[in-house]
Amino acid sequence: MARALINVPKTAKRGQVIEIKTLISHEMETGFRPDRVGKLIPRDIINTFVCSYNGIEVFRADLHPAIAANPFLTFTTVATESGVLDFKWTDDDGKIFAEKANIVVE
Amino acid sequence: MLLSLLAVLLLAPAHAAEIPQAEKKSGYDFMTPETKAMQDELTSNPGMLTVLDGEALWNRKTGAANRACADCHQDASNSMKGVAARYPAFDAARGRPVNLDQRINACRTERQQATPLPPESKDLLALSAYVATQSRGMPIAPPDDPRLKPFREAGEKIYELRQGQLNLSCGQCHDQNWGKKLAGATIPQAHPNGYPLYRLEWQAMGSLQRRLRNCLIGMRAEHYEFGAPEYIDLELYLMSRARGLPIETPAVRP
Ligand code: HEC
Ligand code: HEC
Repeated sequence: MARALINVPKTAKRGQVIEIKTLISHEMETGFRPDRVGKLIPRDIINTFVCSYNGIEVFRADLHPAIAANPFLTFTTVATESGVLDFKWTDDDGKIFAEKANIVVE
Repeated sequence: MLLSLLAVLLLAPAHAAEIPQAEKKSGYDFMTPETKAMQDELTSNPGMLTVLDGEALWNRKTGAANRACADCHQDASNSMKGVAARYPAFDAARGRPVNLDQRINACRTERQQATPLPPESKDLLALSAYVATQSRGMPIAPPDDPRLKPFREAGEKIYELRQGQLNLSCGQCHDQNWGKKLAGATIPQAHPNGYPLYRLEWQAMGSLQRRLRNCLIGMRAEHYEFGAPEYIDLELYLMSRARGLPIETPAVRP
């Protein structure tokens, strides 16, 4: 099971630029590594990350095989209104990992 | 650069005095501000993912006894506080010191009646990181147990021994040349205060023994099996050398 750590300010002023940090556990298997008998281990990386803020997409990233295990992404957005930030990571296996965080905007 | 350092090392004496207390520095002190920030901030420290796994295991019933660690030890922040700072400790049943991983596995087999967790396995690293992080910030305080003395001395012998195809001792790098560069890496003082830790090069958590194996391979010396008594003796010596430094588990290292 994947684990994620999210760092979002609990409160912010309207119009403030806030920094969001996300960390998720994932092997990020590149597809280039041989196993013990020399067979390539199939690629399995998180290929997409999306963050939505009250349902509106505010950040998206496409990830590639050179990205290290347990990808750490930080980005910023503007605090517009109180609500929920949704985070979604999708890997090559089609597995989806989701997390949320609440924010109060004054 | 590498060759010239090696030339210096080969000429240097194998034994030197221990680093004075005031000059002791954690591996942390040699890191870049970015790597320090990654370790300090618990939501960006990848070792915390493993600590959370450990917390889940702590509370999960397992084995023929169907008991969780928490059933006997309750709240780890209380019962396990300071434990990592004083391991390895003497185990009367085995007649020799055991490290934290072995102590945890003893509870797994004897108290939970479950199979022991293999060295470097995800679950053992997770439990060990979870137990050790309860001592985060506490100074390393090796026990004064006289029964440990011969084992600590055996560890010191290995530390001072010139070995491998490069004919180097641990002390030649870590006592005599700490702070200098070996290729891209800064040579730290070899303190065991962050383990298990997340190493960026590994892209994973690893134990002190994995780190020691890396150094032995770098010296082109023969390394030991995980769990070998030599590693425990070395750990005992490294812990006494690091007395007073704070536990940083889960640390981050380059
Ligand atoms: C040729 C020099 C050299 C020798 C000899 C050597 N090491 Fe190291 N050691 C290093 C370097 C360089 C690092 C740091 C690697 C990095 O940051 O990528 C290191 C890291 C370590 C660490 C990790 C410290 C931390 O902060 O996590 C420990 C512990 C250690 N060595 C112990 C030993 C022991 C024990 C021996 C002898 C068996 C030994 N080393 C032999 C160069 C050496
Ligand atoms: C059935 C009860 C029981 C269970 C379950 C149990 N333990 Fe223990 N544990 C003990 C007892 C009793 C001791 C101390 C006595 C001894 O030395 O055996 C101990 C000692 C320890 C110590 C050494 C503490 C010290 O101060 O030196 C550690 C670490 C530890 N346990 C970790 C764990 C972990 C991790 C688990 C779960 C994987 C676990 N234990 C499961 C009963 C238990």
